[in-house]
Amino acid sequence: MSSPALVRQPEDSMPATALAEAGSAPAAIIRPSTPPSFATLGLRWYRLNRAGLRAAAIGVISLLAFLLVWHLLTTYRVVFFVRFTNVPSPLAVYDSFIKAIHDPKFLMHILLSCRRIFIGFSLAAIVGVPLGLIMGRFKLVHEVIFPVAEVLRPIPAIAWVPMAIMLWPTNEQSIVYITFLGSFFPILVNTLHGMSLVDPVLVRAAQCLGARERSIFREVYFPASLPHIFTGLTVGMGVAWVSLIAAEMISGQYGIGYFTWEAYSLVQYADIALGMIAIGVLGLGSSLLIRGAGQLVMPWRST
Amino acid sequence: MSEVLANSPKGHIEVKNFSLAYETIEGAVQAVTDTQIHVRPGEFVSIVGPSGCGKSTLLNAVAGFLKPTTGVVTVDGERVNGPSAERGMVFQQYSLFPWKTVRENVEFGLKMRGMPRSQRERAARTLLGLAGLEAFEKHYPEKLSGGMKQRVGIVRALATGPKVLLLDEPFGALDAQTRVIMQQILTNMWQRLKISVLFVTHDIDEAIFLSDRVYCMTARPGSIKAEIPIPLERPRQQSMMMSSEFLALRRGLMSLIREESLKAMGGEINDLGMQGLNIELHGHSLADVI
Ligand SMILES: Nc1ncnc2c1ncn2[C@@H]1O[C@H](COP(=O)(O)OP(=O)(O)OP(=O)(O)O)[C@@H](O)[C@H]1O
Ligand SMILES: [Mg+2]
Repeated sequence: MSSPALVRQPEDSMPATALAEAGSAPAAIIRPSTPPSFATLGLRWYRLNRAGLRAAAIGVISLLAFLLVWHLLTTYRVVFFVRFTNVPSPLAVYDSFIKAIHDPKFLMHILLSCRRIFIGFSLAAIVGVPLGLIMGRFKLVHEVIFPVAEVLRPIPAIAWVPMAIMLWPTNEQSIVYITFLGSFFPILVNTLHGMSLVDPVLVRAAQCLGARERSIFREVYFPASLPHIFTGLTVGMGVAWVSLIAAEMISGQYGIGYFTWEAYSLVQYADIALGMIAIGVLGLGSSLLIRGAGQLVMPWRST
Repeated sequence: MSEVLANSPKGHIEVKNFSLAYETIEGAVQAVTDTQIHVRPGEFVSIVGPSGCGKSTLLNAVAGFLKPTTGVVTVDGERVNGPSAERGMVFQQYSLFPWKTVRENVEFGLKMRGMPRSQRERAARTLLGLAGLEAFEKHYPEKLSGGMKQRVGIVRALATGPKVLLLDEPFGALDAQTRVIMQQILTNMWQRLKISVLFVTHDIDEAIFLSDRVYCMTARPGSIKAEIPIPLERPRQQSMMMSSEFLALRRGLMSLIREESLKAMGGEINDLGMQGLNIELHGHSLADVI
């Protein structure tokens, strides 16, 4: 309405001070016209990333030291409260790793675990996030669901194993169900927490700009809760792996947790460590994926 | 003044027989009582008063966030029932959407109104240009200085073409230099848009420098203690703040507010045994200075 009228206003009456202040910033961006050489660019990059490089270097050294200590403890079969007599050495684990990556069965274990995580975790996110958002916005839904959630939440997912086996017709379904349960509550609780922290002034600001209930939900509550939703997803992913491995060890036939447990029964000590490392790497990978997704979805929070 | 009125028939705020009490566990807290104020179309009016006297309460009622316990708030004769894009608001805490870029923030009101993307992008760019912010349209608010954030806040509130602009201590968190620049920018935009402004501040200089009229409130429960016209000519210059006319207005307002602040803190001062400090209560009466 009146904004087009605004558009036609002349710019000459801006206060000089304001223009000077505004003008100074773009001026700072302008660089000398000769492009800098590779050497200076490299130097600049090094200066900017010095802290990161340092951390990476120290990280590599500390991992190497860990391997060395592991190697020494196992080659000398140290017994000092804990017994390293049967613990496989890093080299033995490396050998069985080389063997395993050529073994389709090992890859199948890994793929199956990943599939269970994918299905269970995705379901938890698809149910947990919207439910948390709705509970955070509508009091009645909160009042109905919250008590049930509070009673069920403290039960560890592993305690559900017998019940899950009774509930679901196949083993596969009950394992996915356990994984779902493990990640569901952290996701729900964090989403709710995010909703409760939404700054009411932002809601007011949106209202004064003509936003109605639905737009406020989409444009304010949801994006404002995203950081906590992603915290929930990260925690949920961790718990999903914990629950999955436990369920696989107890009732599975396949999967990396089953592989690790089976290695123990079959006295394949190197495979135990291999299974553990594989679980660690998978867990790390999946939480990196979530972090990456978070940075994509929340560009305003990067750097 | 008459020219402004002729160009802008809209934005007439009237608050009549207004009182507002907050319900709390300890009972009703009377924040504002028996208050009448009005802002004529195109007028710039400030509200000053001691801390906690109900300035924000009054402003939030005009915005439509709070319902008056008694009385009515009308804008151009229409009763205020809730927030609306007709009444733009600028908050002290900036309140920009952190997940939106500067331009997206400014576009928000237009988006809510259903304006197509390309059109609202163009409108937002032009508005940002007027506030000297075009270079920052793609920045997220977090990266901006306080002054820039508040400029975006003002531009965002004005983008939908509201009839009135409400500001609650908008420059309270800014340093003195930025404050002066912001005051000039605000005056500038107000004069171009010819809308009415209701401005809450605790800075007396700011109130006099910006306003056509200043309401001074009493300590809680707040009501209007005095209504002071500011006859300084426009455009106003920074140098006017040294003029005897300005200083006289300032002295008058200062003593009014000091009186109320002392009343508000009266108990405390007695408790602390500070009567001996001889704080001057009635420096000048208003009649002397105006
Ligand atoms: N939600 C509330 N519940 C109860 N009392 C409140 C509430 N909000 C404000 N008050 C009280 O009402 C009075 C007026 O508050 P208000 O925020 O309007 O004052 P103010 O003039 O804006 O103060 P300040 O200068 O500190 O911003 C204060 O004494 C405050 O304690
Ligand atoms: Mg206030």
